[in-house]
Amino acid sequence: MKENGVRTSHKSLTGVVAVVAALALAGCGSTAGGGGGSSAAPGGMQVPALKALDKLGTPEGEVNVLAWPGYVENGSNDPKVDWVTDFEKSSGCKVNIKTFGTSDEAVQLMRTGQYDVVSASGDATLRLIAAGDVEPVNTSLITNYPDIFDALKMKPWNSVNGVAYGIPHGRGANLLMYRTDLVKPAPDSWSAVFDQAGAQKGKVTAYDSPIYIADAALYLMATKPDLKIKNPYALDDTQLAAAVDLLKAQKANVGEYWSDYLKEIQAFKNGTSTVGTTWQVIANLAKGEKAPVEAFLPKEGATGWSDTWMVGAKSQHKTCAYKLIDHLVSPKVNAQIAEYFGEAPGNRKACAETVDKNHCATFHAEDEAYFSKVHYWTTPIATCLDGRTDVKCTDYATWSKAWTEIRNS
Amino acid sequence: MRSRRALVALLTPPMLWLVVAYLGALAVIFATAFWTTDPFTNLVVRTFTLENFRELLTPTYLGIIGRTLLIAVLVTVLCILIAVPFAFFMARVAPRRLRALLLAAILVPLWASYLVKAYAWRTMLQPGGVLDSAFGATPGYGFAAVVLTLTYLWLPYMILPVYAAFERLPESHLEASADLGGRPGATFRRVVVPSLLPAIAAGSVFTFSLSLGDYIAVQIVGGKLQVLGTTVLQNITLDLPLAAALGTVSVLIMVVYLLAVRRTGALENL
Amino acid sequence: MRLTRATRIALGAFATLVLAFVYVPLVVIGINSFNSDRTFGWPPPGFTTQWWSAALRAEGPRDALVTSVKAGLGATAIALVLGTLLALALSRYDFFGKHAISVLVVLPIALPGIVTGIALQSVIQNILTPVFGIGAGLFTIIVGHATFCIVLVFNNVTARLRRLGGSLEQASADLGARPLTTFRRVTFPLLRSSLVAGALLAFGLSFDEIVVTTFTAGPESPTLPIWIFNNLFRPNQAPVVNVIAVVLVVLSILPVWLAQRLGGTDATESRL
Repeated sequence: MKENGVRTSHKSLTGVVAVVAALALAGCGSTAGGGGGSSAAPGGMQVPALKALDKLGTPEGEVNVLAWPGYVENGSNDPKVDWVTDFEKSSGCKVNIKTFGTSDEAVQLMRTGQYDVVSASGDATLRLIAAGDVEPVNTSLITNYPDIFDALKMKPWNSVNGVAYGIPHGRGANLLMYRTDLVKPAPDSWSAVFDQAGAQKGKVTAYDSPIYIADAALYLMATKPDLKIKNPYALDDTQLAAAVDLLKAQKANVGEYWSDYLKEIQAFKNGTSTVGTTWQVIANLAKGEKAPVEAFLPKEGATGWSDTWMVGAKSQHKTCAYKLIDHLVSPKVNAQIAEYFGEAPGNRKACAETVDKNHCATFHAEDEAYFSKVHYWTTPIATCLDGRTDVKCTDYATWSKAWTEIRNS
Repeated sequence: MRSRRALVALLTPPMLWLVVAYLGALAVIFATAFWTTDPFTNLVVRTFTLENFRELLTPTYLGIIGRTLLIAVLVTVLCILIAVPFAFFMARVAPRRLRALLLAAILVPLWASYLVKAYAWRTMLQPGGVLDSAFGATPGYGFAAVVLTLTYLWLPYMILPVYAAFERLPESHLEASADLGGRPGATFRRVVVPSLLPAIAAGSVFTFSLSLGDYIAVQIVGGKLQVLGTTVLQNITLDLPLAAALGTVSVLIMVVYLLAVRRTGALENL
Repeated sequence: MRLTRATRIALGAFATLVLAFVYVPLVVIGINSFNSDRTFGWPPPGFTTQWWSAALRAEGPRDALVTSVKAGLGATAIALVLGTLLALALSRYDFFGKHAISVLVVLPIALPGIVTGIALQSVIQNILTPVFGIGAGLFTIIVGHATFCIVLVFNNVTARLRRLGGSLEQASADLGARPLTTFRRVTFPLLRSSLVAGALLAFGLSFDEIVVTTFTAGPESPTLPIWIFNNLFRPNQAPVVNVIAVVLVVLSILPVWLAQRLGGTDATESRL
């Protein structure tokens, strides 16, 4: 009896091991899905052959959107801040919103294929395009497209080989925020978080993403000209090492790194953070919480972002997706978002719709000269983005490893 | 009732589930640890490489793993130090009526959301918070806060098995020891502790494992602290193979721990 | 063991300190649910009941609660079936691989949740979605939860089976009952309270689980812990989260009382 039992169990055990092995190999199946190998520069980038939608159909009833906090508000954060509920009523598309804190999170979430629309910054767009997570957009289906600033259309981060991959949304700069009552005298430079960070030891905050290395590089551009950094996203090994050293020195003074904007608001409100990188919307919300803060663009310039609405390649709700994007870039709504978030709108007509008539001027919406000094988030690649051909630049994978090293130093 | 057919019928559904669904999933992750990623899109590329494990041997990652192990050990030790006297009080010193109440008192917090408890500590630790008002100082967010919060969160998991062990201890053994001339200290050391060991080991499986893999409490009260869990989380996007390698290492640590603990008979006590 | 009075008093004092340690954060949560300062400044500058009324009106937590209950019931049902089958197999039979299985069943709960999470997510993304068209959602949440709830039922039922011994079942078989009838008429009634205890524990674990759930949940309605996590830092919602926490703690007295009623220290000693 026992022998029989051993044999049966043996059989079932080996059978089961076989199934597990098969599963493991099958699991290997679809990981390296679409997309060709693309380690070349965006110019020579291989993109999967995907087609844009040719016409709108019937609304599918819902749409899942991945957005930067503050871009798609439906009243759940503040009942007065809502530009989604009336869209849901008029289009019949229920909007499910998921916010993310960094471009890396956005890339990861889009990869699941469960989101239909994403607001991607320049350091995410090309990765999404190359991986086949987003598809080209048919700009003729967006009624507000002609009113978008030409300076934002068909740019290297939102188009490939003359094909548009998204609808430009708006752009802005990363700012320096500080507690007016705890940081004196008022700072005017990024030195407040780098060389002078010791004055606020343990209360400095920084953005928790490898892309923040560009901020360090930007500071070095102004303070260490002999490093010859021309573009904070084009760093060779020496330049990257210098940025890493700067960030390791900064870490000693950092209390918390942030990627959740709400945590940053809270930290500034209760004083655990007193100075650091921020977005305008965070400063506005913190002020709304009666925290004495100010945010400004330091004299060295800043990194920033230019965001694009993109459509998921695996989306099951493309009609609703296009309708939602059209709604978000329409003059009134674009103006609302630009004012709430604190950025320059993408739609020219939005400037006439803002509550603060000076909004566009304050945010330099039509000032290309200004934005030439804002270094938009871009994915660093091996081919130097500043045009150098004699050296290899460090790519994002290297930056990520460097970031982990900095966070653990 | 003892037929082999019955056994196979009993075993098949759970085994299919555990082995195919669970072990299968673990196998996929284990396999991923040996692959690499496309440097631009970060998609996983199926070429065999040991680079991820070699990366783990660098000071940065060894530091992360070491720090996490230290947290897990400290939390476990603190939980033991608090749980043993408390459980002893509950089982042997407290009057009988109080016992059920004490037990309930320890169980109720288990049902309060883990997140909310961690968040409560966040507000208690902030400058001007409860700790600051009561003691005039607060450790702020960081290593100490994490150890404190994790100890708080997992304490019931240590108290319960130790309490059960104390309860099961026959009074006769203790009396015999006293009759043979043993003082309370010696009785404790020679009679009580050996029967406690499996229970402590059982509790430690939870405190150790839960602390080893935690990343949420660390994010809430850890400030800029980097541990194994947060590193895995950060790399899932950009470098799934590296995250998988880290995950594999933590699985190996736990399997070794479980095997070590099995000898003490702890697994029966879970 | 004769303990000196001093030792008894010292132990009692220590126990009181421990209880204080355990309950102070819960009391703080309770007080903060009435705190007029949205970011929980301490001591509270004022008191208000607005958070309680906001929580009663809020839809988000209600939907999340429903999802959590659905997930919990699903996971508990599966865990009950699989855990009992496994317990019966391991307590009543001897076979090769028995020890390995008893370690295997503990793994889902002993291994770090994040590893289980990324493993399941990998399976969902690479096998379930492309091959079966199943995305992350309630189904995958239930599958994830059931996997680590199995051990809770398994432990309770095994402990009970061990205490019962096999004689009653043997007698039933001797009297001519077929295995299924024996199970229905003899074993199951005896197991009932351990099944309820296991079910309570499984439900409780599933209800509070966040780590694995984050990786197996989809974009639709979140479970309550995920809802809490998403709203923990929102200035408008954080106080509502506190209210929910207080409600959960108060409600939890019920299952704890139930668990104690059912088996005295049985259920609670195999809490894990």
